Amino acid sequence: MAKVTLTGNLRLYTAGVTELEIKASNIRELLRNLGKQYPDLAAQLTDDLAVAIDGKIYQDDWFAAIGPDSEVHLMPRIGGG
Amino acid sequence: MAIVTKRVSDEREAEEQNFNWVGTRAVRPDGVDKVTGRAKFGADLHLPNMLVGKMLRSPHAHARILSIDISSAEKLPGVKAIVTREDFSDLASEFVPAGEMMVNYRDITRNVMAREKVLYEGHALAAVAAVNAIVAREALALIQVDYEVLPHVLDVVEAMKPEAVLIQEDLLTDGADPPADKPSNIAKRVEFGHGDIETGFAKADVIVEREFNTRPVHQGYIEPHACVASVSEDGQAELWCSTQGHYVVRGHCARILGMDVAKLRVTASEIGGGFGGKTVVYLEPVALALSRKACQPVKMVMTREEVFKASGPASGANMRVKIGATRDGRITAGEAILHYQAGAFQGSPVPPGAQCAFAPYDLEHVRAVGFDVLVNRPKVAAYRAPGAPISEYAVESVVDEVAKKLNIDPIEFRLKNASREGTKASHGPKFGPIGLVETLEAAQAHDHYQSPLQPGQGRGVASGYWFNIGGQSSVTLNTSEDGTVALVVGTPDIGGSRASLGMMVAEELGVELDKVRPMIGDTSSLGYNFLTGGSRTTFATGKVAVDAARDLVSQLRERAAKIWDVPVGDILWHNGEALQKNGRGGPTETLSFRDLAESMGKTGGPLVGQASENVQGAAPSFGTHVVDVDVDRETGRVEILRYTVVQDAGKAIHPSYVEGQYQGGAVQGIGWALNEEYIYDSEGRLENAGFLDYRMPVCSDVPMIDTVIVEVPNPAHPYGVKGVGETPIVPPLAAISNAVANALGIRFSELPMSPPRVLAAIAAASSSK
Repeated sequence: MAKVTLTGNLRLYTAGVTELEIKASNIRELLRNLGKQYPDLAAQLTDDLAVAIDGKIYQDDWFAAIGPDSEVHLMPRIGGG
Repeated sequence: MAIVTKRVSDEREAEEQNFNWVGTRAVRPDGVDKVTGRAKFGADLHLPNMLVGKMLRSPHAHARILSIDISSAEKLPGVKAIVTREDFSDLASEFVPAGEMMVNYRDITRNVMAREKVLYEGHALAAVAAVNAIVAREALALIQVDYEVLPHVLDVVEAMKPEAVLIQEDLLTDGADPPADKPSNIAKRVEFGHGDIETGFAKADVIVEREFNTRPVHQGYIEPHACVASVSEDGQAELWCSTQGHYVVRGHCARILGMDVAKLRVTASEIGGGFGGKTVVYLEPVALALSRKACQPVKMVMTREEVFKASGPASGANMRVKIGATRDGRITAGEAILHYQAGAFQGSPVPPGAQCAFAPYDLEHVRAVGFDVLVNRPKVAAYRAPGAPISEYAVESVVDEVAKKLNIDPIEFRLKNASREGTKASHGPKFGPIGLVETLEAAQAHDHYQSPLQPGQGRGVASGYWFNIGGQSSVTLNTSEDGTVALVVGTPDIGGSRASLGMMVAEELGVELDKVRPMIGDTSSLGYNFLTGGSRTTFATGKVAVDAARDLVSQLRERAAKIWDVPVGDILWHNGEALQKNGRGGPTETLSFRDLAESMGKTGGPLVGQASENVQGAAPSFGTHVVDVDVDRETGRVEILRYTVVQDAGKAIHPSYVEGQYQGGAVQGIGWALNEEYIYDSEGRLENAGFLDYRMPVCSDVPMIDTVIVEVPNPAHPYGVKGVGETPIVPPLAAISNAVANALGIRFSELPMSPPRVLAAIAAASSSK
């Protein structure tokens, strides 16, 4: 099970839960499973999101692999100037 | 200028010693055109029957639009088209990624052309296309607009008050807990951090808490926004514009105008600076709408006054930062409360500001809260490391003060608390290979830091962080029949990327650099490319360019194998030649790139290397700056005596360009720290909309900026590249403020530290003694 941390405002949609364990082999599966577990959160799991897997930050990459012991952080999308 | 490289292995070091182009200071491919005036910028294109487009802009900071009457203007001879809000569909609220952060189409369409209200002085209201500029200006004067002038608010703290005038009457704060039930100017609240800050502060022997204020500053690109649009009767359209991302422009314009994306071809001109400010659309959809109506090409070019009044600056901010530490110099807790101006529409960079605020530090207890606040100013746009210079200015100022209270050298204090590989960042994930400690150590060892100061002078230090991003890039290498190569990329060159990309391709192909011609393709010539921003191009497009070159090498090996009638596995590619592993040789011992290119028609057809990817794994870049200042006690002028930038580049493909990024970021930061600010009158009208009154640094204001390139490789790039374009603007604000504090014994908490403000502080300090 991946250890998932929700950063930013996402805790507002999980009744304050910020750390949880989720079974998922990739980002798409992670987002789907999170949305099922927390229906209010589903609408927030949109393009405005970055996912860090073991410290490496992914944006718009559904099929990035998540290992069984991965540390995953959901955070706002990053841009730049 | 120096380069400090952290070698990851002897093998890698050996590889690097064999580089032909990577790491060299090759001649830039765009240099001659730029110094001879041959380069074509946004305003340089001229088409037959081209019209001139001009914009009517609001004279009010906040007003309801009661009516717009264009009937008189339409009758003026020479006027070919006029567009107003009636010519743009109202788009639903939908957030999409657009460079700095998410943007909302409902807001974009209102920013491009005001609908219900004008929300800042300079807000576009109508546009005219006419046979020349004189007629266009006459027509603008004939457009009658009736306004109901409303109270306005410019200050972020005032805008947050419950009694403040509402800029958007239906705006509820996103992220409020409990959910907001009344509209306000606070668009969003965000919070990051971990641990328990109260526990952390309870462990502190020293606590410093300060409030800071910064002003909006403009990106200050020399080239104003400019474009030429041409829409034909059948709806096919072309657009030439100065932009950091022509694919993004295409998408926005097609959406705003209800066009099929593929019917709009966008070409990026040479760009005279962007720094994040050319990641959004202003003129482009309007020029297309005018051209569609007139069925003639339309050129629109902003004046400098329009650039200041109607294009996005960086946010101004109000902040409170609190840091606690033990006597031995370990930070126990850090807290930042950030209020950022968004301008008239939501979307300030306060989320990344909050994420970056404490990134240089390994903290057990940390909290950063950000508020995105509407004010009657132009909507902010990205500006190098959007949000980070502001929040890190406040944090690095307090860090300096804590170190001073503890009588610890500021670099030693930072080293004691520095983020390293494996540190849990204040915004969540653990850092990979980062080079903050290496920049601190290099700064500490630098001659600059060791040199003595004269009485009255001050030295300041600050570190800075920016994430960097990857993203989508698509690259094509077209082989010519003489063995030269056209390298076509879709990321506009704003900082020397044609040189760095060409060098990586030449390195991979093993050919002379002048055999590779890098160019920026239009939107129909390549797959999708995200914009040039987020310090992503040499990293992301660079990785894709290397992949395209490797694809081409693979094809070259296959052709050589065919010619020699041997398995492709027996073919090596080395220094631009195909060789057989067993050394048997065919008709010749080797086949050069040129040999294979000359025969490509007979061996299988065109040789085209291609690669496309959504590149992940951008590594952040940390920097540390050291600055010495002197302060003229009579005039209040702060003089920069010496300035050194130390920053991690991962791998500097072209060290001169990397040093240029470091120097440019430092100089823009110097302007932010010392002089740049918008000055409004009581009616909310900008009084200094020009370079004479908006004081940016010029060459005579700054010394030669010294640089040290630290190289801690990024494992996600074939050569170890990390983006470098944004981090250099992060540390200067605090470094200079810390230097001024050491020179004067006065801690400034407000930027810019302009002569009047410095004089007032000196006078206040004198009178309080």
